Amino acid sequence: MGILEIKDINKRFGGLQALGDVNLSVEEGTVHAIIGPNGAGKSTLLNCLVGKLEPDTGSVTFEGKSILGLKPHQINQLGISRVFQTPEIFSTLSVFENVMIACFAKRDGAFQLNPLTSIKGEKDIHEKVEQMLEDVNMADKRDHVAASMSRGDKRRLEMAMCLAQDPKLLLLDEPTAGMARADTNNTIELLKEIEEKRGITMVIIEHDMHVVFSLANKITVLAQGTPIVEDVPSKIKGNPKVQEAYLGGAHE
Amino acid sequence: MFGLDKRDTTLFLFVVAITLLAPFLLNPFPTESALAQFNAGYPDLMQRFVIFGIFAIGFNILFGLTGYLSFGHAAFLGVGSYAAVWMFKLLSFNIVPAIILSVLVAGVFSLAIGYICLRRSGIYFSILTLAFAQMSFAMAYSVLSNPNFNLTNGETGLQVYADDPQILKGDGPDFTHLFGLEMNTTKTLELGAWAFQFNAGFYVCAFFMIIAFYIAMRIFRSPFGLMLRAIKTNQTRLNYTGLNSRPYTLAAFVISGMYAGLAGGLLAVTDPLAGAERMQWTASGEVVLMTILGGAGTLLGPILGAAFIKYFENIFSKINDTVLHSWFSFMPESIDNFLVAILYPFVGKGWHLTLGLMFMLIVIFLPGGLVDGGQRLWNRITGKNRTQAEPVANPKPAE
Amino acid sequence: MDAILLQVLNGLDKGSAYALIALGLTLIFGTLGVVNFAHGALFMIGAFVAVTLQRVLNLSVVTVDPEKKDFLGNPLQVQTPYVESWFGEAAGQAIINWSVPLAILAAIPIMLMIGYVMERGLIRHFYKRPHADQILVTFGLAIVLQEIVKAFFGANPIQTPAPDALAGVWNMGAWLGMSLPYPAWRIVYFIFAAIVISGVFAFLQFTTFGMVVRAGMADRETVGILGINIDRRFTVMFGIAAAVAGLAGVMYAPINPPNYHWGMDFLVLSFVVVVVGGMGSLPGAVLAGFVLGILESFASTTWATTTIPGINQIIIYLVAIVILLARPRGLMGRKGVMEE
Repeated sequence: MGILEIKDINKRFGGLQALGDVNLSVEEGTVHAIIGPNGAGKSTLLNCLVGKLEPDTGSVTFEGKSILGLKPHQINQLGISRVFQTPEIFSTLSVFENVMIACFAKRDGAFQLNPLTSIKGEKDIHEKVEQMLEDVNMADKRDHVAASMSRGDKRRLEMAMCLAQDPKLLLLDEPTAGMARADTNNTIELLKEIEEKRGITMVIIEHDMHVVFSLANKITVLAQGTPIVEDVPSKIKGNPKVQEAYLGGAHE
Repeated sequence: MFGLDKRDTTLFLFVVAITLLAPFLLNPFPTESALAQFNAGYPDLMQRFVIFGIFAIGFNILFGLTGYLSFGHAAFLGVGSYAAVWMFKLLSFNIVPAIILSVLVAGVFSLAIGYICLRRSGIYFSILTLAFAQMSFAMAYSVLSNPNFNLTNGETGLQVYADDPQILKGDGPDFTHLFGLEMNTTKTLELGAWAFQFNAGFYVCAFFMIIAFYIAMRIFRSPFGLMLRAIKTNQTRLNYTGLNSRPYTLAAFVISGMYAGLAGGLLAVTDPLAGAERMQWTASGEVVLMTILGGAGTLLGPILGAAFIKYFENIFSKINDTVLHSWFSFMPESIDNFLVAILYPFVGKGWHLTLGLMFMLIVIFLPGGLVDGGQRLWNRITGKNRTQAEPVANPKPAE
Repeated sequence: MDAILLQVLNGLDKGSAYALIALGLTLIFGTLGVVNFAHGALFMIGAFVAVTLQRVLNLSVVTVDPEKKDFLGNPLQVQTPYVESWFGEAAGQAIINWSVPLAILAAIPIMLMIGYVMERGLIRHFYKRPHADQILVTFGLAIVLQEIVKAFFGANPIQTPAPDALAGVWNMGAWLGMSLPYPAWRIVYFIFAAIVISGVFAFLQFTTFGMVVRAGMADRETVGILGINIDRRFTVMFGIAAAVAGLAGVMYAPINPPNYHWGMDFLVLSFVVVVVGGMGSLPGAVLAGFVLGILESFASTTWATTTIPGINQIIIYLVAIVILLARPRGLMGRKGVMEE
């Protein structure tokens, strides 16, 4: 029984079958990559996991509890954090405040009416934020306005926000999309470090095979909304079905 | 001090000092001089400064922090006024129960309206609040003022009559009072050519504005305030960080509604009359303008904006063509007439034209308001901007 | 039966005005993505084009008629409108009498011009700014426009009569065998609105220009990718929306003497109409305009106002709230719109 169990998920958009009978089990402590050609349904699948979309049929359970029908913030409070394709951060706030919000969400829950408490008095939160920024090598940028940073740093900040919540499961939607080579390599390093130090379960959706094979210890190949192969990385490369799916995708 | 850090304490004490010394500061010109018409240190105007200051401070908690643009906040102001006048009618002219009830009623009212309007965001939210406010105006103007059930007294406005119950009045004063201290009591201090006026009503309102400012300051510096700013910046990220934005925006809406109720109650305290026109869209638009003129999202901005607008409203409305001619009389007559002809549409009854133009100019050229403009000017003078590498916060929210 | 029909008729003229304004609002919102708080002011300006034309046509030349004497024996001053001295008395009087319909001819270029200037000069620079800024700047513009009109025309409503031929009463029930007398001009207004609305729809439906605009309303980015210069077309659409609002105002002047704060009065209600019809849906805006206009007319009956005093003033808002809670996307809105 994996930490995340997806059973028989179907999702249609009008006449288009976006997901068909998807079954997927993510084992605790693994880095599970989902790859596939464009339009294979990777993003739709991810959106079904975080509460943005609701599948037509099937079930999604996290640690044995169904998370279908829950709102994004409720799912996050269960311990699932998400990294977006383009970094979603609080761009007008400082780096420090960005991470601080994540820490408050972890500690105080989805809503806390505390208009008269002073932020300055929250010593433990301050310490945690400092620690987190150390961990992702951003301590020197703590007072920068988030919008003013490079894309790589924004990604790093978003990651720091997710990690500050000590998630049980980290969902990454093409974490290196549109990144320069150097930034991509930095991100891979960062993710490797996270895996080694914290042992967080991760699900990665990714185009870049370099990233996938550097990180994943299990890969699921999705084609036309259905998983066709699931295996360890070394066996994926030579699999004829995978090659066909990708070549087929390229022809379209 | 007071749970604020050093910089905020300084700012707070500055606001307290300015407010308490307003009768001096706003009266710089000797009573008999020609410039005395530019003085603002008389009770009626000073009361409006602080009351609309409260209104704008509260509006800023919603608009400045969360970015939700309400076009219906005048409704809460009006409700507060009605509640206060009803307390005068039923109990006595003591202002304490009136102010308490006006805040409570506005709170409940804003909870109901906020609950519905906050199901939408962006422009839909603005339109919904505008529609609600116009409906409240129509209700106050006609629906709730019929012989069977007269809550608002329609066009005439709600006021206290001699045959009202006023069960707690006894021998109490016939004007609003704080345990006997009547709100229209004014002491005049004559110093040489100057006459400074100290009015009880003003100081009561000033006291509430200082409290209102203090609470707003605490909110700005609280985790709650941080979440509100986060909502303005990126609601998606907020939700995916495990935070539920709805109760936060609703809380901000209700808090700002209670501020508006307090302001409405205080309007009734200084003049025990409540009319429906206080709830019209023009009044809602005015508080929006005060806030953006001063600087939405800043602490001082709304107070500054409120004072600025109320001051110029007062000055501009007083100027007529005779006054204009007297200004330019030293010039040849043709130039005099020309200047008067140009300026005349903008003053006196044309004040609203100036207001509308100001509205547009501020939004187009100074979206950060006076506070932001002042800061930029200061930076340019001190040359801070270029030499320092510190990144400047983007004043525009990233949708 | 008569009474019901009468209320329906009563609702048609106001409903037409709502529909015309809401149509323009929806066009602008759908194409430019801007909520135009100054749209009501365009309606008001249209009405004042009619007022102005009527005044211009009545400009008179003063002559002294040596033949006629007043009762003191002095020569009598006679005022003859220029149009009468130019075109002869009968034709001149007819022109003055028909000034409101004639104002349509003047209003079309004027409103197109105003729309063009507004979009190019102001709105254009706000596409990339936050919605709050768009609302605020158009709100400021609305105040400026109404105050300018107030400065020129004063605060009082100005009587702007319809042509005599259309000012009377028509029996609308004649062919049903009923007696249903009804002011002729209001019927004219409804017919006029129907023509304008059909014109706009036909334009969008049957011209290439319209097809591109509709595609742009559905998905602006995709159309942009096709390399079609959508911005220029949107400028034209803004002009058309302004003209529609202006024409609605011109023809409404005889029904209700125009005053400077018409704009905001109609704007708030038109917003509600747009929201009820479904933000972004043109047929929805038209349908909701008529439905709410008729509903308001029923709520204005003596029976309704004695049961619930003032119901006629809040009925539209009440309906809007109920619809928004029960069906957020409005009567004919696309799925997803207004639902978050």
